[in-house]
Amino acid sequence: MDLLRLYDSEMTSRLLLGTARYPSPAILEQAVRASATDIVTVALRREAAQLRAGQGFWSLVRSLGVRVLPNTAGCHSVKEAMTTAHMARELFDTRWIKLEVIGEDDTLQPDVFGLLEAARLLVQEEFQVLPYCTEDLVVAERLISAGCRVLMPWGAPIGSGRGLNNVFGLRALRAHFPGVPLIVDAGIGTPSHAAAALELGFDAVLINTAVAQARDPVAMARAFSLAVQAGRTAYLAGTIPARDMAAPSTPVIGQAFLP
Amino acid sequence: MRIQLNGAWRDLAALAQDARAAQGATAAQCTASPTLAAMLRLWGYGSSTVATAVNGEFVPARKRDEIQLHDGDRVEVLAPMQGG
Repeated sequence: MDLLRLYDSEMTSRLLLGTARYPSPAILEQAVRASATDIVTVALRREAAQLRAGQGFWSLVRSLGVRVLPNTAGCHSVKEAMTTAHMARELFDTRWIKLEVIGEDDTLQPDVFGLLEAARLLVQEEFQVLPYCTEDLVVAERLISAGCRVLMPWGAPIGSGRGLNNVFGLRALRAHFPGVPLIVDAGIGTPSHAAAALELGFDAVLINTAVAQARDPVAMARAFSLAVQAGRTAYLAGTIPARDMAAPSTPVIGQAFLP
Repeated sequence: MRIQLNGAWRDLAALAQDARAAQGATAAQCTASPTLAAMLRLWGYGSSTVATAVNGEFVPARKRDEIQLHDGDRVEVLAPMQGG
């Protein structure tokens, strides 16, 4: 059985789904089911006592029967990310944390220095950290040394839908850390981007905007599910190397001479 | 006394009095500052699934009865929300 292993958990699906920006809670629910995902990401935000918006959302998520991966989205400092992680651990009763420390507002590029510091501190507190990082090999090495057992490199800026901006860098990252689960997080716009990530040997992808903002999010969730399965199957089957020149696929031997 | 709840200042002169009463405090104890737990009840969070921080520091649910709020404190009450 080809399972996705993240820390001490094993999952069947290699598609992680974000829960933000859907047209309605009902469509979110249907999209999660159509995606066949095992993991959804969630966040923490201020709760107004009268509105209790978070309570309804939480009861919906619990009814889905999937694992939750809380994030520290929007945190710009180590302190903010740490406090958010502590609150998330209590609220969601999980040691998992998708660690985001944002360093630049136009690209939402991670602040890799703050990320590393926060990751080190959280690992010491027995969190299981899934850091949102870039494809930088040195940063990846430091995060692994700090105790991260999974990395979540970006494909492109969050919500941009640009796909895999730096295929060369991602391929190098995959090659350097063959035993580390790598999840392409952010920037994927189409199922073909997701399939490409899996074909490169990435273990999974995390999708949110590309599903939530599609004209039909439920159908798109299913399309991503199929693409991820296709990409993984192709990776395991072994893709052929690319060539510069043609190589005839039909045998030349025995070809008739028909001048 | 003023306390900030999720970024908005609230004057608690009256609320604090109620909070102490809600805890069943005696008249002598009413000089004490209200606890975070009492204020959460008073603000209407009741049994809601929330996580709390005071002045940027996480306060676990089990400690809310021990943490007393003082003038100028900043309280954050967070709940599960949609995220990517």
